[in-house]
Amino acid sequence: MLQTVVQKILARASGKNHVEVGEVLEPRVDLAMSHENAALVLNQFLEIYDGTGIEAKVWDPSKIAIIFDHRVPAESKKTATNQKKIREFVAEQSISKFHDIRGDEMGICHQILPEYGYVRPGYVVVGTDSHTTSHGALGAFSFGIGATEMASVWTLGSILNVEVPATIKVIVNGKFQKYVAPKDLILYLIGKLTAEGANFKVIEFHGDTIKNMDTSGRLTICNMSVEAGATSGIVPSDEETVRYLRDVAGVKDEINLVVPDPDASYDRIIEIDASTLVPQIACPHTVDNVKPVNEVEGLKIEQVVIGSCTNGRLDDLEIAASMLKGKKIAKGTRMLVFPASGNIYREALVRGYLYDLMEAGAVIANPGCGPCLGVHQGALGDGERALSTTNRNFKGRMGNPISEVYLCSPAVAAASALTGVITNPNNGSK
Amino acid sequence: MAKVIYKLEDDISTDIIYPGRYMATVLPTETPQYAFADIEDLNKMLNDKKAPPNSVIVAGKNFGCGSSREQACSTLKGYELIIVARNFARIFLQNSINLGLQTIVCPDAEASVGDDMEISADKLINKTSGKSFEIIPLPQARQAIIDAGGLIPYTRKRLIEKAGK
Ligand code: SF4
Repeated sequence: MLQTVVQKILARASGKNHVEVGEVLEPRVDLAMSHENAALVLNQFLEIYDGTGIEAKVWDPSKIAIIFDHRVPAESKKTATNQKKIREFVAEQSISKFHDIRGDEMGICHQILPEYGYVRPGYVVVGTDSHTTSHGALGAFSFGIGATEMASVWTLGSILNVEVPATIKVIVNGKFQKYVAPKDLILYLIGKLTAEGANFKVIEFHGDTIKNMDTSGRLTICNMSVEAGATSGIVPSDEETVRYLRDVAGVKDEINLVVPDPDASYDRIIEIDASTLVPQIACPHTVDNVKPVNEVEGLKIEQVVIGSCTNGRLDDLEIAASMLKGKKIAKGTRMLVFPASGNIYREALVRGYLYDLMEAGAVIANPGCGPCLGVHQGALGDGERALSTTNRNFKGRMGNPISEVYLCSPAVAAASALTGVITNPNNGSK
Repeated sequence: MAKVIYKLEDDISTDIIYPGRYMATVLPTETPQYAFADIEDLNKMLNDKKAPPNSVIVAGKNFGCGSSREQACSTLKGYELIIVARNFARIFLQNSINLGLQTIVCPDAEASVGDDMEISADKLINKTSGKSFEIIPLPQARQAIIDAGGLIPYTRKRLIEKAGK
């Protein structure tokens, strides 16, 4: 009868005491998130109601979040028109968790949800975005779905045919060395598991390193769990979760922590000694092509990107700014910085990080997804190579199939921006 | 009978199936033109209508990994393609079921371009080579959605039941 966190969450959301791995459930949804692809969700939603004579109303407008982030401000009339349609729908249905293109409250969906306290421990969260896995950082069971599935959630308030996933337990102990970050841990783990190693499974994170990791780092590791194929990553909620929700997100109401039973049964257990990790890098064109950064040091890079839902938070900008302050980015290398949210942008502005980065030669873009998915800003030229703190390096990801994307931590990105070649920050700036 | 028109490697991501730069295009009626936009010969073959319905693409493992973009399914569904792979990434597989794109999980499939395939509930028969391969059936829970004709009619049915109460 012992259960993992996700089993407990799914049991509660399905009105049961206990659920087994493989059991098929229809859990109710606590939060349903979309971004610009709400345009497609809307289309499918109206199709469900078509011909029924029933008025098309979402099941609960307070549980739907829509965040514009992928192409902001709009890059084309098509996107602008999609955004306009969504805006009208949001008003008509009284959807309250809506973040439009406004400097003060915009941001990447996976940053906005935790920042505004929309996600709580024990929630079932679905999002029309594969990195919805991020919100496991707050102890929720959170996973990506397609637009038609979301239309079904908007209609029924539950998610059909969820199979209780098996869980991989990852135990991380030890203290990170200098310039080693949660990003290096998750890259290392993806390299070990491979891109499909956790397919249809959940990764539950444990150990001292995770206990001592703040929510920002937890968001990074849960965010990238999907790159090992995982349905979700999850950190069982604890004091840090409460601290974040109270102090950062300003949550006032009750917070109920959900933790796994001590002897819950796991699909497999992986142990990692964080103190032995060195800076990692994911080489083209798959995220599991991970190596210690030393193995590719010296490769010339034309573009450095710092940002995204993986590493566009204040601590990420802080380390980059501290390494670049008073120095200049190498000639022939462009550096693009896009803070993950308006709140982060404001704070980085007030603390002077953006000034230091700009003075070093970085281009500061508005909050949003920016070059991460190669549709809006910062596309690569033929044969160019980028080093990026984002989460995907698939062929064409940064807008050009004949270019290369390497993935790393903000520290590696900043050290490399100074030299113009891939550089291990522990070797100093040469 | 279904003919193999193309072979692809492992880990074909949704960025390959439907590049991010076309994401502003969302309607299933408009997405097919961008299928495999960065694989020029395949994109051309599809756009030139050289692939009749039920043409087969054979891929390796982890087909459809990456983004949840449903365009990656609707773009293939637009040509009524059949995708045979060793396995599929979770969200892509679910999207396929929801939209009615035929995805066949066949870990040992062997085929070359031009081979004729016959697909039954549990077997993939390569008529050209004479070999047959086991198909792993979809999880039972998913079958109900397929039987209903996809997630839209399935949800519509549930909606009407709910409203009737
Ligand atoms: S930053 Fe990149 S990975 Fe994150 S939501 Fe935006 S496009 Fe997706």
